[in-house]
Amino acid sequence: MNAAPPRILAVGIGNPDRGDDGIGPRIAEMLRNRVPSGVSVNSRSGDALALLHDWAGFDAVILVDAAAPAGAPGRIHRVDLAIEPLPRDLGLASTHAFGIAEAIALAAQLKSLPPRLVIYAIEAVAFTAGADLNPAVAAAAEGVATRILAEIAAWLGGIDSDTELFQNTGG
Amino acid sequence: MTNKTIKVEMLARVEGEGALDLEIRDGKVELVQLRIFEPPRLFEGLLRGRAFSEAPDITARICGICPVAYQMSSVHAMEDALGVTIDPAIRLLRRLLYCGEWIESHGLHVVMLHAPDFLGYPDAIQMAEKHGEMVTAGLALKKAGNDLMRVLGGREIHPINVRVGGFYRAPSKAELAPIAEQLKAARDLAVKVLRWSAGFPFPDFERDYEFVSLKHPDEYPFNEGRIVSTRGIDVSAQDYENEFEERHIAHSTALHSVVKRRGNYMVGPIARYNLNFDRLPGDIQGLAKEAGLAASCRNPFHSILVRGVEIVYAVDEALRLIAEYRPPASPAAPVKPRAGIGFGATEAPRGTIWHRYRLAEDGSILEARIVPPTSQNQGTIEEDLRLVATEAMDLPEDALRDRCEQAIRNYDPCISCSTHFVKLTVHRG
Repeated sequence: MNAAPPRILAVGIGNPDRGDDGIGPRIAEMLRNRVPSGVSVNSRSGDALALLHDWAGFDAVILVDAAAPAGAPGRIHRVDLAIEPLPRDLGLASTHAFGIAEAIALAAQLKSLPPRLVIYAIEAVAFTAGADLNPAVAAAAEGVATRILAEIAAWLGGIDSDTELFQNTGG
Repeated sequence: MTNKTIKVEMLARVEGEGALDLEIRDGKVELVQLRIFEPPRLFEGLLRGRAFSEAPDITARICGICPVAYQMSSVHAMEDALGVTIDPAIRLLRRLLYCGEWIESHGLHVVMLHAPDFLGYPDAIQMAEKHGEMVTAGLALKKAGNDLMRVLGGREIHPINVRVGGFYRAPSKAELAPIAEQLKAARDLAVKVLRWSAGFPFPDFERDYEFVSLKHPDEYPFNEGRIVSTRGIDVSAQDYENEFEERHIAHSTALHSVVKRRGNYMVGPIARYNLNFDRLPGDIQGLAKEAGLAASCRNPFHSILVRGVEIVYAVDEALRLIAEYRPPASPAAPVKPRAGIGFGATEAPRGTIWHRYRLAEDGSILEARIVPPTSQNQGTIEEDLRLVATEAMDLPEDALRDRCEQAIRNYDPCISCSTHFVKLTVHRG
């Protein structure tokens, strides 16, 4: 029996003109030509409420965003909403009225969360206007892209990534 | 008598940052200060020395919610300075783009930011549990407006397709067709949202404001018209500075605008509605009446209803403009630099936005002045708060704070635009 492959979307979130906030879009750019055909990749800046429309119809969604500085630049956090709620201390807030934490909470209320939602948050150093990524943050990009590609391959291969292979190593 | 000090350190559900200090001593409101502490944006300074052609893209960056308003006032001012006449088809496309911004901005504010105040929820997320259908409708309205802005503006936030003289590229009729379908669905949602908000409990609160907005001979105003007030002001954009001035206020990095001879005034949806009710089509007037609005409205808490009426109007107007659309022969009129001064005033979702530029021979900007809606409303917001706090003084602190925040949100203040937002501090001594 061949079930249809899951529809997968990866979204890089952030403003490329605000220093490490650009890590999400940078990783989305790296994924764009490397994801298997049929997998969608896009970037979002500013308006997190638009995510509720972006992910409509997808079975599995990966969000990539910068996390607030907490002393370990480039540290990768992986949150699988099937296993745990979004930790508050990641600081996935927005300078606008609604950030991705609010978008996820709102979607949960409206019962419009995608069946599978995984968030990669990369710890930032600074969100300086006009600055490039800090080297320690930029250095994490390839590792995150590789993990996301492996996770997507697992989903397409019918393997649940809800295993120790993909769990947050804190590393 | 009670002495109270209430501090709202960070106002939520507004764009930008600011705070409100309120001091109540011996049963009297002694102090109301809307403190704006976002650093001044200094856009007027950084425009100096740039080319006239850069103004629409630079000023669009002032706000992510109402970039079109900045773009429109800047292109009109530049065309005024450079003696450019635009194709009537360009004029209609600009009006269509503005409809998108009103739908998107009002949809977000009415449902996601202001409605929770009336229904007693801390935010739209909590409200969504019982009012999910309306929250979904609000999000769909916002998306319909954003999609219209994307098709005309190149992208939905900080559009990049607007230029002095017109557009870089005009859309085809085919590109607008799916937007029309989306807008037809949005119209029903807009009417539902208006009827829903008409059932909210409204404070019994009225003041005798001086309302200021554009007035056009036969249209509800977006891009054109004279600047008029309910107390007799009737001037062109060029003569704005004869009637209005901006004053520095110590507690705010935003300037306060006043009518020179009288003082505070109000711009925005209620001002537009009062001055232009007769410009609304009959069926829209009917919807307003059904929602409990008379032809004149002096209760600032009814702003949520007026925004609802304006959403339906903007959707209908956008559908009309799309149906009648014929692509212009050229997407932009030719523009030649020359020395001059130009003025532009248009109606942002939050109210009149006025620009003035002085250009050098080569078209570079020598001087820029930008007066956004929130700085014009700031004095009026403080006066409202003084009254609201006086009436609500005996409420528990949380309820008093909530009422003050609700009153501030009547103006959908875009603090980031007027440097320009809010925290509430109520000091009860």
